[in-house]
Order: sequence, then C-alpha cells, then structure tokens
Amino acid sequence: MHPAPSVIIFSVLSGLGFGLLAWLTLGLPDVSGWVLFTFFAIGYALAVGGLISSTFHLGNPQRALLAFTQWRSSWLSREAWLSVLSLVTTGLYALAAIFFDTYFVPLGWIASLLSLATVFSTSMIYAQMKTVPRWKHWTTNALFLLLSAGGGALLAAQTTAAWILLAAALAVQILNWSKGDTAFARSGSTTETATGLGAIGKVRLFEAPHSGGNYLLDEMVYRIGRKHRNRLRAITVICMAAPIVLLIVSPLGHLAALVAVVVHLTGVFASRWLFFAEAEHVVGLYYGKAP
Amino acid sequence: MTSLPTQTDRKLGLVIDLDICVGCHACVTSCKGWNTENYGAPLSDMDAYGAKPQGTFLNRIHSFEVQPQQADKPAQTVHFPKSCLHCDDAPCVTVCPTGASYKRQEDGIVLVNESSCIGCGLCAWACPYGAREMDADAGVMKKCTLCVDRIYNENLPEEDRQPACVRTCPSNARHFGDFADPESHVSQMVTDRGGFDLMPELGTSPVNKYLPPRPKDAMEDVPDILGPMMARVDDTPTGFLGWLDRTLEKI
Repeated sequence: MHPAPSVIIFSVLSGLGFGLLAWLTLGLPDVSGWVLFTFFAIGYALAVGGLISSTFHLGNPQRALLAFTQWRSSWLSREAWLSVLSLVTTGLYALAAIFFDTYFVPLGWIASLLSLATVFSTSMIYAQMKTVPRWKHWTTNALFLLLSAGGGALLAAQTTAAWILLAAALAVQILNWSKGDTAFARSGSTTETATGLGAIGKVRLFEAPHSGGNYLLDEMVYRIGRKHRNRLRAITVICMAAPIVLLIVSPLGHLAALVAVVVHLTGVFASRWLFFAEAEHVVGLYYGKAP
Repeated sequence: MTSLPTQTDRKLGLVIDLDICVGCHACVTSCKGWNTENYGAPLSDMDAYGAKPQGTFLNRIHSFEVQPQQADKPAQTVHFPKSCLHCDDAPCVTVCPTGASYKRQEDGIVLVNESSCIGCGLCAWACPYGAREMDADAGVMKKCTLCVDRIYNENLPEEDRQPACVRTCPSNARHFGDFADPESHVSQMVTDRGGFDLMPELGTSPVNKYLPPRPKDAMEDVPDILGPMMARVDDTPTGFLGWLDRTLEKI
C-alpha cells in the first residue's frame, strides 16, 4: 500500500494525542490549573492536528461532514463520531477540572474510554480489510492501542505504566511482523484464485492491461525493497526499546523525557510507515505482483 | 445508506467468456467513451501526451499465460477482461463513510453517488478486484455502472440498451443479463459452461461470472508427417562437411 504522509501523520499524532487525553481524563498525572491546561492543550493539539492532517488525502474534503452519516456500517464513519464525542466529553471534563477545580470522575472515565475507542476505530479501518491479509489480524488493533496508551503514558509522566505498555507494544510489533510476513500466503489468495484459471495450471501475467501506471498500482501495489525494510525494522525496534530502557533505569527529568518522547515518536513513525509500505493488497495478483 | 440490501429483486451483471475473448480492448475503448460523455464526472487522462500518461478506466484487459500441470502440454494465453463484479456482499459499499457507495435493491447494481463522495479511497482498498479507480481530476471514485444510463434508456434503440462493452464486443465474449432468473441466457451459460467466481475465498459473492477456456484440442492421433523430414540429417558428417567439421574443431 502507498504510505501516504497525511495518513501516517494523522494516525501517529492522533493516536498519541488520544492516548494522552485518555490518561488526563483519568486524573493522571495529579496536577491542576495551568499545568493541567498545558497537558490538555498538548493532547488536543496532537489529536486535532492529526485529524486535520487526515483530510489532506481526501479528493473532496469540503464534503467531509457527510462522513458522519454511515456509522451503522463504516468504521471510518464510526471513527468520525467517536473522535468528536471523545473530544467534546474530554473538553467538558477539562473545563471543569482546569477552571473550577472540579473533577467529574465518571465523566472522565467515559471520556477516557471514548479516546481509546477512537483509536480502536482507527485500527479497525485497517484490520477489517480482507484484501490486505497483513492487516487483517488482531495484532493490528493491539499495536495501535498499545502505542497510543503507552505513548500517552510517556507524555503523562506515568513511568511504570509507560514502560509496561511500551514493552507490550514492542512485543506485539514483533509478533505483528512475524505473523504478517506469512499472512498473504496463509490467506489462500493466489494468481490462480484471482483469475479462476488454477484448474488448468500455473498462471502468470503475460501482458499488463496498459504500458503506463494507474491509480491501482500507485495506491495499492506500492512495494518496498527488502534492504530498506530490514533497516527500518531495526530503527523501529531500537527507537521503541530506547524509551523503555530510559524509563526503567532512571527517573526522567524534563529534558530526558523530551528525548524519550522524540525517540519514541521516531520509532512509531517508522513502524507506521512500514505498516503501509509492507502491506500487500490482493489486487497486485492481477498485475503479476504476488508477494 | 451503505448497509447492503438483504437481497436484490434482480441481479444484473455480466458473463465474460474467457474462451473467446481475443483481447482486442474494444470494450475498454467503448467503456471509456460512453462513460466519459455521459453519467458523472468524465474519465480523465493525466499527462496524456507526456512522458507518463495515465488515466481512469472502468474496464481493463489483462492477458495471462497458463502452463498446464502436464508438462508436455503447451502454455496457453487467456485474455482476461476485468470490471466491477457487482458483488452481492460488496465490501466496497459497507466501508463507505458518506453513503456515496451503494448497492441498488431493485437490480443489484453497485453505484457511486459522486456528489457525496469525499474521495477517501477506502472503497478501492476494500475491493479485491481493482474495480474502482479514483479520478485524479475530479477527486471522486469511478466505477462500472453497468451502463445504468443505457440499459433503461428508452431514447436508445432497443438493441443498444445493454452495457457499452457488451454492445461493442466483436467476438461476443461479453453477455449481459439477470442472474436472479435461472432461465435467463446468462444463467444458462453459467450452468452449461461451469461459470466461476473470482477470488471466492474472500466471500464477496460476485454477480459477474467468468466462463473457463474450453479444453484445447489434443492432436494425439494425427500422424507426424513433417517431423521426420525435419530431424537432423547426420550427427557425424563425412566428405566435405566432415572435413569442415574436423577442421573447425581444431581451430
């Protein structure tokens, strides 16, 4: 799949933002007044900034409000609803907490759940795709949620929760790769099933429909070289592991925390770029691009 | 509403006969022509006269080479037209966040309402067959409409009230009809010839069916007349050729 920058920026930043908001609405860290305001402002900047970024890949963004209509069937529509509901609920909790020093605990729990539900709905957009076997696995949901909650914990200075969640995210990331590498073969889709000609024998593309490119090839048959893949996987693992080590060995000061967040974000960006670039869509079978 | 209808009154679709498609691309051209001049945003071309021309098509012809399992049998070429299969369980419809993508209850045609399409591209991801292409100029998703503006169009002569690709096919490899009616000519063809689905493992239940190539003639009992004459005459030549052979070996 084509790794579109707007979608990568959206899912990484929004994931981190909603993760932070999920901790803040639980009353963690235990701060108030302008410090709490700053925490919420960072959470909102990340979550809303990501959402705005996601509209840049639309062909006709002026009609984006229509995306709220199909929540019964579409995970993208559910994501639109959940993101607005969680931002509004979080906003009410934050206003009372910051300006009136009043903590509506049940409202905070609901807001926290809604933030995580938003990240889950984002992950379902990918995990529901039967056409991309690498994505259609529970580790896709788990990875999005753990990176969100773990990154949020890192920003919210929840040291213990952060390293446990980030370690779990790293483990799920490695499982996601090892399962993903064989997912296409296990899915059972081949050039033979795609053409229905398997009863005769082995099928290969003889001539493409056209000599140039097309939307399908640009969007869904993007391929990454093996050499780059291994390097990026190494970068991902190192950048995901480093903050965990930092969190365990020393209590973080502000500067060390900033370094940990930047390194963590680098790792998540590399992971998310690979998430798209490595994903193989079955339509490639019609173009002689079996993985 | 992008929930799928529980069932459709009719199932309009195509039968594509892989035995007789000659891969001429006439259906590609007529499809592009009709759908550029009629319903919805035109099918644009980008950089049409430049170094990397690219355009939107709703129907494309692939050609595959099939090597039979028996190694002594020669490979065969199969021309393979591909357009929207108007699936009963269309994954492109349910993922649409705006309701632009829908399947009609009355005839099962899968359509895009372009005035509500935001161009997110999710439906093209959900389609295993590459049937949907985002138009680079209009920013909306384009797909086969089964020529919905021809098949019910009473301004056209009756023989033209079928999809442009079917009407134009010079070898009669494409047929249009109602698959919900077991007596229709398309249903009959599927029964007689063993019509099949593409990628059935994905559970999309396509309406369009493909007919397999008929078995090739075996030519087993035909006496080999020319073969012996074309066999190599002599592996150890004598005379002048023998001298030449030995001399060349020495050099």
